[in-house]
Amino acid sequence: MKSPGLRAYAIGYLIFLYAPIALLPIFAFNDSRIIAFPLSGFTTNWFAEMWADRQLWRALQNSLIISGSTAVIATVLGVFGARASTRYAFPGKGGLVGLIMLPLVLPEMIVAMSLLVVLLAISVPLSIFTVILGHVLITTPFAVAILSSAFQSLDKSLEEAAYDLGEGPVSTFRLIILPLVAPGIISSLLICFTISLDEFIIAYFLAGADTVLSSYIYSQFRFPAKVPAMLALGTILVLVSVTLLSIAEFFRRRGIAKTGGKDTGGFL
Amino acid sequence: MARSTSALGRSEARSGLLMISPTALYAVLLLAAPLATVVIYSLATGGRGVITWDFSLANYVEVWTGPVYRAIMLRSLIVALSVTVVTVVIAYPIAYFVSFHVAPSKKSLWLFLITIPFWTSYLIRVFLWKVILGYNGVINSGLLGIGIIDEPLTWINYNVGALVVTLAHAYAPFAILPIFVALEKIDRSLLEAGQDLGESKLRTFWRVTLPLSMGGVIAAVLIVFIPTIGDYVTPDLIGGGKLPMIANMMEVQMLKINNKPLGSAIAVSAMLIVALLSLAFVLVNRRFLGPAR
Repeated sequence: MKSPGLRAYAIGYLIFLYAPIALLPIFAFNDSRIIAFPLSGFTTNWFAEMWADRQLWRALQNSLIISGSTAVIATVLGVFGARASTRYAFPGKGGLVGLIMLPLVLPEMIVAMSLLVVLLAISVPLSIFTVILGHVLITTPFAVAILSSAFQSLDKSLEEAAYDLGEGPVSTFRLIILPLVAPGIISSLLICFTISLDEFIIAYFLAGADTVLSSYIYSQFRFPAKVPAMLALGTILVLVSVTLLSIAEFFRRRGIAKTGGKDTGGFL
Repeated sequence: MARSTSALGRSEARSGLLMISPTALYAVLLLAAPLATVVIYSLATGGRGVITWDFSLANYVEVWTGPVYRAIMLRSLIVALSVTVVTVVIAYPIAYFVSFHVAPSKKSLWLFLITIPFWTSYLIRVFLWKVILGYNGVINSGLLGIGIIDEPLTWINYNVGALVVTLAHAYAPFAILPIFVALEKIDRSLLEAGQDLGESKLRTFWRVTLPLSMGGVIAAVLIVFIPTIGDYVTPDLIGGGKLPMIANMMEVQMLKINNKPLGSAIAVSAMLIVALLSLAFVLVNRRFLGPAR
């Protein structure tokens, strides 16, 4: 179909989307502490400065603990939620599923503040553990959404065949269902991990004295001298998330191919 | 037979409830209970950490009538609504293009390209706009360098417009996906029918495609509006702390002034605004689709 106008618009739109991100590597390699044109020369100093930053490594370590735990817990909770909502009919289903999915339509600040009020009221010390609690809450809806589509595309007769052949519910789940939804599980893990790693509000308000990557970046933005090193970090983060997402996309497509579905594209 | 069916139904209900219980319990303990706590807190009065349980609506009166709060809530609404309109209007043609003019085998590549920026650090993207729009930023230094302007532009930084541009960029992919999904579901033969019956392309779009995709548009509106009205980072970084929005006001009351009841009343008010506007969007959509059905 011919539509040169629309195509040009779409390409312009992609440029608008990517232009700010394209500035990251430009200024991460630029030999000046001031982020402005004209460029003053090539340097890898900012990467070296970032690499030598001990606090950054500690923040990264905390973030990886949080994101890893969040991804696993949210995906496990997501399996239960998605399985229940795709396979069973039960009273109160709409309300319970609605509650589980609610964080998708609540501003994050409200989730963070209401959790904070309760945690302070029952004097739970703030730490990376409380951040995990919050992150699991906001990533579970994504896990449920991704896994629901994986469970939905399951052919129910495969499961029935396993029952007819004498397998119990647990072994059916392990032998038939789990392998078929495995790609969904992997993409859920990766996406929950990415969301948790990037999340700022909850990490900022619920971490107490612990620093995580996003709150560390935020605090560094206050010091103009630290900005180039943060842009270097940003460059690396972009590369990492593109890689993770490409892997997630690969597994999502393989999952669709495995269950014999048609690729409709997209994560959500 | 009827008995065995109902027994089966009951066991299915039990299995279903059992299956969902870990996830649901988590949401009840960490979401429903905290939200209920915030509602209860909002009815108390206090300040500087002292809380009096007098169950009054005093906080709400203050939040809804105090000039400072009203100005901040109005700003949040204006920013969120402008971001929503801008984002959805520029997103629609993209969703339309990918759905109608891209070969099916290339659709997921396009969607992938569109969603990638969304998965890259939100903080860094917002900060980049500060760098781009700032007084000594990329645009100003670039334009000064090539001699188009003599002194830095001031109308591009530290104002509501800068907030809107930054947020519109941050939430752009959010708007495309639901519209795209709605467009994909449209039966293409309806469009052919419209044109066979003598409608022009534009009129077919106006009378068939657009109404059928309104569900996706409303979903896009909600997906963009809800997080933007509660955004914390952009007013802080781009507005330089001079253009606070609801979330910043919540932080000040909850933590800096330590008046949790008032902070809670702001949180509940924000939830009410979000819920009412969401309901309004959905109802307007029903009305819009009404005569067509």
